Amino acid sequence: MIKRLFSIGLLASAVLLSGCGYNTLQSTDEQIKAGWAEVINQYQRRTDLVPNLVETVKGFAAQEQQVLLGVTNARAKVGAIQATPELINDPQAFARFQAAQGELSSALSRLLVVIERYPELKSDANFRDLQAQLEGTENRIAVARNRYIKAVQQYNVVVRQFPSNLTAMLFDFKEKPQFTVEDEKAIARPPKVDFGKPAVPAPAPAPAK
Amino acid sequence: MTEGTLSRALLAAMLLFAPQVTLAQIPVPPLKSRVTDLTGTLNSGQRAALEQKLAAFEAKKGSQIAVLAVPTTQPETIEQYSIRVAEQWKLGRKGVDDGVLLLVAMKDRAVRIEVGYGLEGALPDAIAKRIVEEYIIPRFKQGDFNGGIGAGVERIVRVIEGEALPQPSKARGPASPLSGFESLLLIGFLLVFVIGGVLRATLGRIAGSGVVGAIAGLIVWAAVGSLLAAVIIAILLFILSLFGGVASPRGGGRYGGWSSGGGGGFSGGGGGFGGGGASGRW
Repeated sequence: MIKRLFSIGLLASAVLLSGCGYNTLQSTDEQIKAGWAEVINQYQRRTDLVPNLVETVKGFAAQEQQVLLGVTNARAKVGAIQATPELINDPQAFARFQAAQGELSSALSRLLVVIERYPELKSDANFRDLQAQLEGTENRIAVARNRYIKAVQQYNVVVRQFPSNLTAMLFDFKEKPQFTVEDEKAIARPPKVDFGKPAVPAPAPAPAK
Repeated sequence: MTEGTLSRALLAAMLLFAPQVTLAQIPVPPLKSRVTDLTGTLNSGQRAALEQKLAAFEAKKGSQIAVLAVPTTQPETIEQYSIRVAEQWKLGRKGVDDGVLLLVAMKDRAVRIEVGYGLEGALPDAIAKRIVEEYIIPRFKQGDFNGGIGAGVERIVRVIEGEALPQPSKARGPASPLSGFESLLLIGFLLVFVIGGVLRATLGRIAGSGVVGAIAGLIVWAAVGSLLAAVIIAILLFILSLFGGVASPRGGGRYGGWSSGGGGGFSGGGGGFGGGGASGRW
């Protein structure tokens, strides 16, 4: 009889604990951490690629100083932000990180537009490898961000849903910041292509792949 | 100036329609064999030859390579579609993550090599890009799709061959997907909860549990060959079954998930992908 009661109690507590969402919170929180680590990892990979890319482009297109400088500056800004795992718990730092990365993204896409004018550079083996790496890294970033977004979505639902929101409150689980659609501002702003300074024969195409 | 407003309008339009467009994704076809051609580009002989080559490679090296040809990946880019396929197919061994997907979108005139985590060292983006641009695309441009896919696969195989990977396990394939320990555990549970329940009901609590323990011990003795292990397991199961009766034959429904994998055809081994690889257009 006691044994039976004991096992029922054990079962009930297990059901209660999982029913209140505590375990789900734990596992989704962990998933977010792993997802975020991968996001940082891939952004770092891109940051590491930039100096090499800039050097290579310089060898063929040194006159594109403005664009090159834009990339270098954007990279410096990214480097100034400490990309720590704790960043996800601080929405402001998260927004800053995202803004800096977004800036680097647009600087890089401007660079790739400019490159279209240099056939020699485009056929350089070293540059082609770098470009392949950059493309691959951008794709990895997209994948990592996507997975992070999904993990955060899952977690935020648990945090806000009844009754697990009570558990979340009790154990101080807060909503995590979500990536916005690749910075609405950056999308809304048309890509800046400088027609002003050097007399370029043909207008550069839009930064489509 | 007009160009500025035009591109602005275009971008606004894209933004407006983006959410609707993403709804109509091309579904990922089920993974039935190593070569999945939904376009009828390859004839059955070519497909069989390619499949044989890939199967032989997996037997030798353990890595899983699969080829998928679809008419189009629109509205998604080939990269977005490709990662969805890779996530669903789970090519490559679990933990080793040595899967490669060669995806061809015929109408989009796009091709992509999607590389599993474990092969990003052997087949980095730059190498994948070279394979795409130097081996696949030139043949595709001439309309030689079988040749392009074959050459691409050949290069991928050669690159992976140079990489030190864990030995392919002999047990994989048509046999049970459970490892030895897991299947012993499963038998143990079955003994305790199903047969144990019946025996306890007919023979009484202690005698029934004793029989369960004895049977378990015999099985372990036969399987592992160690008398000590057999005795320990027998005693363990005797106790479990003696007290386990409280929970009674309830756990039955939970075994449904075990028998995935299996099946006559080909299935992914659980490898992970992170978006590595390269794409090209012809």
